[in-house]
Amino acid sequence: MSVVGNPKILVRFSKAGKVRFTSHRDVARIWERALRRVALPVAYSEGFSPRPKISYGLALPTGYESAGEYLGVELDREKAESLQLRDSPEGDLRERLNQVLPEGIRVQAIAPLERGGESLQQAVIACTWAIEVDGADSAEVEVWASGILEAEEILVERERKGKKVTDDVRPLVHSLDVSGSPGDGVQLTAVLGTQPRALRPTELLEARLEGTSGSTHPPLSALSVCRMKQWMLRESQESQESQESRNQTKITQGDARVEPLSVDAGPAALVETRA
Amino acid sequence: MSSLWPELERVLGEVQKPARYIGCEDGMIIPAHHPDKAAWLLIYPDTYEVGLPNQGLQILYEILNERPDAVAERSYAPWTDLSAVLRREGLPLFSLDTHRAAGDFDVLAFNLSAELVYTNLLECLDLAGIPILAADRGPEHPLVLVGGHCSYNPEPLVDFIDAAVLGDGEEVVSEISVVVAAWKAEGRTAREDVHVALAGITGVYVPSLYTADHSEDGALAGVRPVHPAAPEKVEKRTIADLAEWPYPKNQLVPLTEVVHDRLNVEVFRGCTRGCRFCQAGMITRPVRERPADQVRTMVADGLRRTGYDEVALTSLSTADFSGIQEVVEDTVSDDACGQVSVSLPSLRVDAFTVGIAAQIQRARRTGLTFAPEAGTWRMRQVINKLISEEDLYGAVESAFSQGWRRVKLYFLTGLPTETDEDTLGIIEMAKNCVEIGRRHQKGASVTVSIGGFVPKPFTPFQWFGQNTEQELHRKVGLLRDAARKARGVQIKWHDTRASVVEGLLSRGDRRLGPVIEDVWRNGGVFQEWGEHFDLELWTDAMARHGMSFEDHVYRHRHEDEALPWDHLSAGLHKDFLWQDWRDALDEVGLEDCRWIPCYDCGACTGYGIEHVVASAVPPAGGSQGTGQGPEHGGGVPVALSARPPREPAEVGS
Repeated sequence: MSVVGNPKILVRFSKAGKVRFTSHRDVARIWERALRRVALPVAYSEGFSPRPKISYGLALPTGYESAGEYLGVELDREKAESLQLRDSPEGDLRERLNQVLPEGIRVQAIAPLERGGESLQQAVIACTWAIEVDGADSAEVEVWASGILEAEEILVERERKGKKVTDDVRPLVHSLDVSGSPGDGVQLTAVLGTQPRALRPTELLEARLEGTSGSTHPPLSALSVCRMKQWMLRESQESQESQESRNQTKITQGDARVEPLSVDAGPAALVETRA
Repeated sequence: MSSLWPELERVLGEVQKPARYIGCEDGMIIPAHHPDKAAWLLIYPDTYEVGLPNQGLQILYEILNERPDAVAERSYAPWTDLSAVLRREGLPLFSLDTHRAAGDFDVLAFNLSAELVYTNLLECLDLAGIPILAADRGPEHPLVLVGGHCSYNPEPLVDFIDAAVLGDGEEVVSEISVVVAAWKAEGRTAREDVHVALAGITGVYVPSLYTADHSEDGALAGVRPVHPAAPEKVEKRTIADLAEWPYPKNQLVPLTEVVHDRLNVEVFRGCTRGCRFCQAGMITRPVRERPADQVRTMVADGLRRTGYDEVALTSLSTADFSGIQEVVEDTVSDDACGQVSVSLPSLRVDAFTVGIAAQIQRARRTGLTFAPEAGTWRMRQVINKLISEEDLYGAVESAFSQGWRRVKLYFLTGLPTETDEDTLGIIEMAKNCVEIGRRHQKGASVTVSIGGFVPKPFTPFQWFGQNTEQELHRKVGLLRDAARKARGVQIKWHDTRASVVEGLLSRGDRRLGPVIEDVWRNGGVFQEWGEHFDLELWTDAMARHGMSFEDHVYRHRHEDEALPWDHLSAGLHKDFLWQDWRDALDEVGLEDCRWIPCYDCGACTGYGIEHVVASAVPPAGGSQGTGQGPEHGGGVPVALSARPPREPAEVGS
């Protein structure tokens, strides 16, 4: 017996400007209210305190901007079927959401969510970050970047459940590119892994390298950080990879990776029932 | 007058919860500043989370921005981490709407809802780069106004403020804007000029035009005007008809977590239950209901616009609202509103109220709160909270039988004439409630919340000597011991040391100015926050200035003694309050005047207004142990609308 599930949609949005200082939880509340305001028939959990079935992707640290955040929404099947959101006279959903979202949060694309099983948080294995480096010229940042890439291990200490944990984050650094002209600020583009844990750009900038001469690798600080893209493995690629080797995949290779939803996705066909 | 945002965004990453400082709320207004417009900065001197939901501030924000001659922005007290960063970077206090420096505004208007924020007012002024003492300010500095319930005794703050505004703000802010815009148009002449003009507005108290006399022993002999423009007595402002003020029209929807994060619709203002400890119930009289149709519209429109799934119907006793049943039914059955829950922040203690609550809390039946306030019938007669044991137990039975698992009960301790028997009656009551609950639910529990009583100005208890800190502490100890032996009873209590400082500021006179300044200079900010409150700062400051808590807090006042707020009026006759104080000591209750003949407290007659109550009879089940029921209310004429004022409305010169 096959149970027909609720339809799900995937929303991709950007976060920039003043609202970048809102937290992951704040953004969740903002979305709940926005979805109610556009009267999208979101499915609710059963039980004593029904909650809307919304899944939020990888948390973006407070203060960072993003050009690629994700949100999964499960719709109530019965209510959704009676709606034709795409052709409604009120305009398409993306436009309506953008009218009720705060300035700085903008929907870029919406599409039916087909990928089942894994959550978005599990599926994403790396992010591309654009980092504006504070107080260093491009030569200094170049030296810093090659130091990172040449290091055998990069130990970072953090607090987890009240205990200090030291991780080697070197395997999470996939690529570092330095650009920028003198006087214009230095841009660092970094592809950093998220499995088994996400490496934050500021963690990397502040990392101290063991075993190399400390003086040539002073920690850097960032003026601004923006998540440009989140990456998953292409499905064909993934099926060939074991869980262990997956983390070692050259995510920098263009044909191996794919975004959960590209910015160019057309208007959403929302209520496509599965055949 | 440029935005400070570029400087701020560089440092906001360093502080906790930076979203508190970005503005960007739905409903935010970006006003167009202009040399002809009075620019107001409305400040709530506590954190954003506490201040943002304040409805009074939001109402004035909208009304001012609708005026052609005014603009208004908002600010809240920066948390200590940000104030340190601002001082380090040389940045001032700023508005959230356009991130403009506080010093660029014409008026800094503080909402004072609680006494313990007074030192935060000084902190905000200092961060704004404005001299904290009014006497040190020149025409280049903004005017500093205060409003809200604490402004009924602004004497402890007179060193720091230009004016205090009494009563409803809806009309008076416009009159003040006219005066300030004119002052600005003239190029901001001497501050005395604008002080004199402000004193001509009913409801505005300008302390610089008054002087305080003291007797030889230093006690206050009275405060009197020393300028012809200053009235002998400053009367509060009262709007006659809430229906004319459907504000806020666009309630602010914050992007980050705040307290009371929901739609709020005020269903009536004022209360005539007559609880003698309750300042709000005394100073906001008479009762003015919003028409039920308008409430329904504000609820439906508000939910649609904000995306909230919760609406609170606010007032001092919402179950008394004439249209409560229909408004609640319509809201929960309106499909357009979706899965909405309604909250009634102040529940009356009776089964009818629980019935309403059951209707609106179809899900999430976790806890229900009642406020019997005192543990024995004798004590409740003293405070005029005339709830019988039957009322309470009926309500509790009704709650537990309808699925609630926890009941919370609010009580005060340190009330006039309170004996240990009265105090311990609280736990007896709670035990009985648990017993009733266990008949229906195995895990039924009762949480008892204890506040130390602080006497407030313009209440019958304004003459009462507050219990000492030691005495309040002892009573809380008694309650804790008793609760420990009582199965299913949990107890929480307010810090008794904080109650002492609240009492000091609540009824203090202008000699307290240097004490407040002293505490602030020694780092005493956010005193309403447990982690920052420090009684020692206050004790030391009092000692340094030769003042005692005994004299200012613990001493009973005499009938013929000058009170620091005698030159101000909340509309209540002083002899009415004195009689009510005598009645309290005689354990005589006083009925709600909405449905019985007037006993002339002064709140209506003085201003030519009356109660605006849609129902000619008390609400069903309105028993408060006073024998009030429909049979007592029907014959009494009840005004359905306000009489026109006796005199034409005054407009500031």
